[in-house]
Amino acid sequence: MFGSRGVFAMKTMELHLTVNGQSLNWSIAPGELLLDVLRRQGYFGVKRGCEKGECGACAVLVDGKPINSCLMFAAQAEGRHVLTIEGVAIDGKLDPVQEAFLDHGAVQCGFCTPGMVISAKALLDRRPDPTEDEVREALAGHLCRCTGYLKPVEAVLAAASKRKNRARRVKPLTEVSR
Amino acid sequence: MSRDRLVVGRNVRKVDGVKLVTGGAAFTDDVQIPGMLYGKILPSPHAHARIRRIDTRKAKALAGVHAVLTYKDVPRVPHTTAGQAWPEPSPYDTYLLDSKVRFVGDRVAAVAAESRAIAERALALIEVDYEILPAVLDMEQAMAPGAAVIHDEPDSTKIYDREHNIAGYILREIGNVEQGFADSDYIVEREFRTQRQQHCPIEPHITISWLDTDGRLVIRTSTQVPYHSRRQVAMILQIPVSRVHVIKPRIGGGFGGKQEMLLEDICGALTLATRRPVKIEFTREEEFYMARSRHPQRLRMKMGVTRDGIVLASQLTVLATTGAYGSHSTTVQGNTGSKVLPLYRAPNMRFECHVVYTNNPVAGAFRGYGCPQGFFAQETLVDEIACELGMDPLEFHRKNVIRLGDTDHLSAQLGEGKEGLPRLVRSCGLPQCMERAARAIGWAQKRKSLPNGHSHLRRGVGMACTMQGSGIAGVDWASAFLKMNEDGSFYLQVGASDVGGGADTVLAQIAAETLGVTLDKIIITSGDTDITPFDVGAYASSTTIISGGAVKKAAGKVRAQVLDLASKMLDAPVDKLDCGNNEVFTTCVCRKAVSMTDLAMQAMYKEKLQIMDGASHFNTDSPPPFCATFAEVEVDTETGQVRVVHLATAVDPGTAINPMQAEGQVEGAVAQGLGYALTEELVLDAAGRPVNANFLDYKMFAAEDMPKLTTILVETDEPLGPYGAKSISEVPINGPAPAIANAIFHAVGVRIRKLPIRPEDVLRALGAKRAANLEEEALLTP
Repeated sequence: MFGSRGVFAMKTMELHLTVNGQSLNWSIAPGELLLDVLRRQGYFGVKRGCEKGECGACAVLVDGKPINSCLMFAAQAEGRHVLTIEGVAIDGKLDPVQEAFLDHGAVQCGFCTPGMVISAKALLDRRPDPTEDEVREALAGHLCRCTGYLKPVEAVLAAASKRKNRARRVKPLTEVSR
Repeated sequence: MSRDRLVVGRNVRKVDGVKLVTGGAAFTDDVQIPGMLYGKILPSPHAHARIRRIDTRKAKALAGVHAVLTYKDVPRVPHTTAGQAWPEPSPYDTYLLDSKVRFVGDRVAAVAAESRAIAERALALIEVDYEILPAVLDMEQAMAPGAAVIHDEPDSTKIYDREHNIAGYILREIGNVEQGFADSDYIVEREFRTQRQQHCPIEPHITISWLDTDGRLVIRTSTQVPYHSRRQVAMILQIPVSRVHVIKPRIGGGFGGKQEMLLEDICGALTLATRRPVKIEFTREEEFYMARSRHPQRLRMKMGVTRDGIVLASQLTVLATTGAYGSHSTTVQGNTGSKVLPLYRAPNMRFECHVVYTNNPVAGAFRGYGCPQGFFAQETLVDEIACELGMDPLEFHRKNVIRLGDTDHLSAQLGEGKEGLPRLVRSCGLPQCMERAARAIGWAQKRKSLPNGHSHLRRGVGMACTMQGSGIAGVDWASAFLKMNEDGSFYLQVGASDVGGGADTVLAQIAAETLGVTLDKIIITSGDTDITPFDVGAYASSTTIISGGAVKKAAGKVRAQVLDLASKMLDAPVDKLDCGNNEVFTTCVCRKAVSMTDLAMQAMYKEKLQIMDGASHFNTDSPPPFCATFAEVEVDTETGQVRVVHLATAVDPGTAINPMQAEGQVEGAVAQGLGYALTEELVLDAAGRPVNANFLDYKMFAAEDMPKLTTILVETDEPLGPYGAKSISEVPINGPAPAIANAIFHAVGVRIRKLPIRPEDVLRALGAKRAANLEEEALLTP
């Protein structure tokens, strides 16, 4: 698979990591990028757009932080928790960010969408009630050639307010239980 | 149909949305095929050279290399890579591989190997002895006597004048332009320049090909034109069309860059040579200079008006370069005249254009297709004329723009590579577009007074009006096929190519509306040459109106079959029946109904009848969508930096089948238009090599860079479109550059006539203005 002949003979190494909650052991080559390994393992939602960390299409969360998987050696993911777009919806139930992307027309070709959703999710986990500027900053690393960014930004803000409303609805119950 | 529309005109979710938002394996590269090889193209390092000798022995000897192809190994078939309807109007000047290279990035050889690393290593082992030829890099020099001849090969065809590097030439006139200028009170002539912009789809070009178990060549590819690609690949590889199967999966953006047969031929050739699956994908760097770009142009525009501000004559003279190959050369440039000049009701118009070859990266189709260049010139010139006459530019537009009932006669003279057809304006929302976008930007107040004071930050507002077409009249056509399933759902097959704009959704909406079913009852497959019927593909703003027209026709036929059977089942005449909400019901008082499911079961198991039908569709006219773009900018007079504060775009797309998606088309086009206006240019060095082929040095607008956007849809009812629809995807890209240039003039009083408008251009113009003012003062001071 890696051209294991002649000058291209590569040693392999074991990688232990968690992807989307699943504990995994993979055999990788030392110099392989996380992007290439994830795609080879079938995580096709991690997109190859530039391989230079400039477009954000390959973003995943590593221990909750968005990173461009084309800028990280797979070996650096040893022992860490990786979340790809495939792990964002749980048991077929879409994340509020994903629902909002659909409802607000924020998906066009969909090639940058996984990266945007990943970064938006990380933002909302960190800051549940972001300003528009904060949303734009969080999406700034994701180039999109289709949408002009307006609908993705609206979608993230809508997802935030949906989450907030849900939190409010939950509140009285906790008060009752007290 | 009299009832209210249930699906058309609604903001429904994209039918392919869930798989896209969850990262489903939907794109070309999202497959793993056992035994797949990695293909790679050796790009020319020289702008113009002949291959004296090429030695592939070392590369072939490398372990893991399965094929190395040069011009010696492949058929020599002159063709164009432009994905256009046969016979393509573009010159046949391109070869699968050739003994001559004509730009930095041109194909020298191709390899297929077991990994990308081996393929890259193999490229380095190919020994090439080049005879370096003088290169023509400046389009102004291309026609000069003694300039190197780029296409000196004798077998290319349809080149206008190969001795002078002229790929195409256009001259058209309606009325009498000389007389028009003679009758004018005021004539202005200016020169404009536009740059090489790259499409930058986030998914670069990628193709995977293999032989199926019947030995047919299957090509899974990121394309806007699966059918044209199939025809062209078959011709180039000299195999029958029936031996080629092209599959268009989800596409990560096209914008015209994928209206090309770009990797399919070489990937297929490697598969035929190795009998193995092969993948070729462009790196981002390769995408910048080995794929296509927007044609750079020099435009001279002259306009004559009366003292009341009525346009009498307009003349546009263009020099454009198509780069090393003539893909879309005359058709893009033809649009620069035919879609731009007729915006004004001038009785006299003249358009002349030379499209020249240079040893530069190849230009091609790009959203707007020649119009962004033309409208930049025309709308900037019109603003200057209005200001000189002391007229509000908005008032000037109101007086002069094309109206409902007008006929555009220039389009009759200037079609797609041949005579065209006259365009009659049957729907026109341009006046409302202008009024509503003007209001959104605060035009009336801001034109009069802006709170600029003595600040170095100066605000200004500017506007532009633009139009486009909806499909190529008499050329573009499409077909659709529908069949009913046992549960009352319908399977819709269309050759149309959704490249991300949401065509599948819009076409499914049209089918659902016509059949009276909910959107979830339509299952759509698009762009697979084995499964779906023919469609020219996704270009020329044609899909909604042309493919949508085919879907509406096919659905109408299927609806008639449904009603026939329902008439039997309900014992009611067909004219007393209607469909809606997944049932057929009688329209009389005693309401009887049969569900689509029951009807389908009856058809299949009692009547032994597959309810199904198909239809083809084309138009002999190309209804123009209209657009008004208004911009507010802030210019920093100390740095020359231009910040767009607010951009309001109002578009008349006919009926918006899915308004949310239509808005998305506008906003995406505007973002590309902003880049075109201010930041985007693929820069070449003195040897024709790209210097900024990456996203850091080639600046696209990102989320943080965007101004406030206002998007307004002014819906009209187009008689030639399905449910009144025209088109929307291209027209909004034309407006930002001229609107911004005009706003800059309003802010600081300088005219910028080149794109992109960089801070240094603004500073230089401000410096020149200051110097001129000082000179004037010096002359006035005794």
